[in-house]
Amino acid sequence: MKKTFNIGGVHPKDNKITADAEIEVFPILDTAYVSMAQHLGAPAEPLVQKGDKVKVGQVIGKPVGFISGFVHSSVSGTVTAVEPMPDLAGIMVMHVVIAVEGDEWEEEIDRTPDVKREINYTSEEIIEKIKNAGIVGLGGAAFPTHVKLNPPKDKKAEYLILNGSECEPYVTADDRIMREQPEQIFIGAVIMMKALNVTKAFIGIEENKPQSIAIMEKVGEAYPQINVVILKKKYPQGGEKQLIDAITGRKVPSLGLPIDVGVVVQNVGTSLAVYEAVQKNKPLIDSVVTVTGHCFSQQRNFLLRVGTPFSRIIDAIGGLPKDVAKFISGGPMMGKAVSNIDASTLKGTSAFLLLTEEETKRAEEGNCIRCGKCIDVCPMGLEPYLLNKLARQGGNYDKLENEKIYDCIECGCCLYSCPAQIPLLDIIRINKAEVIKIMRNRSKK
Amino acid sequence: MKKFIVSPAPHIHSTGNTKSLMRDVMIALTPTLLVSIYFFGFSAIKLVLIGAITCVVVEYVIQKYLLKTKVTVNDYSAALTGVLLALNLPPNSPWWIILIGSIVAIGIAKMTFGGLGQNIFNPALVGRVFLLISFPAIMTDWTIPQSWFREGIDAISGPTPLAIVKEGLSNGQNMVDIFAANSFSTKEMLFVKMGGSVGEVSAFALILGLIYLLMRRVIKPHIPFAIIGTVFVLTGIFWLVDPTQYTDPIFNILTGGVLLGSIFMATDYVTSPMNTKGMIIYGIGIGIITVLIRFFGAFPEGISFAILIMNSTVPLLNKYCKPDRFAKEVNNG
Repeated sequence: MKKTFNIGGVHPKDNKITADAEIEVFPILDTAYVSMAQHLGAPAEPLVQKGDKVKVGQVIGKPVGFISGFVHSSVSGTVTAVEPMPDLAGIMVMHVVIAVEGDEWEEEIDRTPDVKREINYTSEEIIEKIKNAGIVGLGGAAFPTHVKLNPPKDKKAEYLILNGSECEPYVTADDRIMREQPEQIFIGAVIMMKALNVTKAFIGIEENKPQSIAIMEKVGEAYPQINVVILKKKYPQGGEKQLIDAITGRKVPSLGLPIDVGVVVQNVGTSLAVYEAVQKNKPLIDSVVTVTGHCFSQQRNFLLRVGTPFSRIIDAIGGLPKDVAKFISGGPMMGKAVSNIDASTLKGTSAFLLLTEEETKRAEEGNCIRCGKCIDVCPMGLEPYLLNKLARQGGNYDKLENEKIYDCIECGCCLYSCPAQIPLLDIIRINKAEVIKIMRNRSKK
Repeated sequence: MKKFIVSPAPHIHSTGNTKSLMRDVMIALTPTLLVSIYFFGFSAIKLVLIGAITCVVVEYVIQKYLLKTKVTVNDYSAALTGVLLALNLPPNSPWWIILIGSIVAIGIAKMTFGGLGQNIFNPALVGRVFLLISFPAIMTDWTIPQSWFREGIDAISGPTPLAIVKEGLSNGQNMVDIFAANSFSTKEMLFVKMGGSVGEVSAFALILGLIYLLMRRVIKPHIPFAIIGTVFVLTGIFWLVDPTQYTDPIFNILTGGVLLGSIFMATDYVTSPMNTKGMIIYGIGIGIITVLIRFFGAFPEGISFAILIMNSTVPLLNKYCKPDRFAKEVNNG
């Protein structure tokens, strides 16, 4: 029986245009712009200066604080600037700019295609290697992976769940790596299981990726401790809480983490990065990015170096498509609109989506007709119409807290479904942040 | 310079909107409309057109000249109210009846509360009940108008089966005699039921509409099934206790406005609960009140009143019936 989560969800059109496009290595850049804010948490501190020579894989930024991470150079060449530059939303973030000269890698990195199956490291060594490789979650939030693999002492992980659901329309990066590097993903999972000291893992894949399922099931025969679970197609299946519900039936408590129900969730892309870091000494310097949309013809899956400017990707697909109206980093449901086309990709970038005005247009807001669709689709069982109403009256933070606004995972199902096009999530997102701030201040007292 | 859009996620939207939902309800009503036109001819067309046009005009005038707000008649909701009102009237109603009903429905029941989404009571039913109380003779005159297609049956006075039963019981007859005298057949009631309002002619056509609405996910099954189930069970109990005084459950579902009311009137988004628990309570309430009015009230039919009474409980039902939350526990750590 195919599994899925129990409450809410929507079925946007798949649009997986690039599902059958093999991963292509993107041409070497002229200049890489590597952001120091690659991860959730504090940005890294640059370790290089203007004029320094760097190699591919060399550390150029070190973590600041517990939730932070290392940043490595994704190219070889000369550092031409270390300065704040606008990111994709126009916010100033410290960047290291490198003029590319050749493609010289750090010597300890194993660039052979051989698959290394034997794991010769202890749990602590694995976590240390993952930390030093600057690995972050590639499912969207870019949470530092070593932190997730090192849960607090009073919490015990029982299961590792790999997220191969890729429920966002258009995006096919995970689908491609599951088809092209399945064994590496399984080895990455075994490595993380060792780090977490768990004996059971699941890989959840949605039914709309039959080739991935077939390949992963076949390769998985050699890994009896890891189960491939076929999931129904439903967004937001890849949300951590939804995925855990779908596979184990466990419900992560409000304001809680997966580890509270004994689960750690990692993306399949992260698993591949873990394999490369631990077995091949390769830090996270590139990722598969789906470049897609209906307004141009050369939709591709690229293996992109971190720090590739979006404008460079547009050149590679034959220039700016005539009808494009919106650039999105990520999928259409949760991705971020790109306002600065000169900004560059991050470790966690999974897609670059180009939409036309027709595809992305929001109609004028109408009256709520109380149809209840937002309640039906909310995967957290909230009442978005009510949150919107309370929020717009102003100052109702206590009531919003009672209605569990803090549970919102910002999946966008409510706004996607609303027949009156009320900007439910926009309003909820702002007020959720405010309510969580109030709750934090209260618990500090 | 070319302009690009920057806005928060989600970046795509489902194709459904208020207009398409209203259009789906219209499509679901098409079989019923066609059957009505087949049996009642010009009279049905006249009522539906006057209803729809009056409702649209009244809403337009109020929005444009009285409230001076944005005119939203192109969302079809006003037109739908007019059509539903027409379907709830006797087929031989004069033109001014639906005109007055439409003005009351939109002008009083909808716009005084603030327009679409704001009204507490179903506008079409407010219009109907206003007419029923103001013009009881016309509203219970079930004369069948001239039909284009079925000659020879015109001008037969055909009271509704429910009215015949009520009349018979008040004259001291028992159910067996009433049924023997009137030959109600289930088959006839399912497909063609003479005597009744414009939209009640064919249960089959109404059920086709229900299937369409469910398939298109315009409505959820909870409200219609809760109403029909409650009517069935409750009338079934009375009927089993005393079949000489009470009609049987199938008869009760197929007659009067139970199907029209439960499929098209009680499911009106604005005036029905927004989540499933509320919908079930609301449906059961409508079922109980309908049966009580039929068996013990002054009127032969009670679903309009039942829906309006339960409409008034919707804000409370919305407040106290919460959906199942994903997370039952809160982590305070």
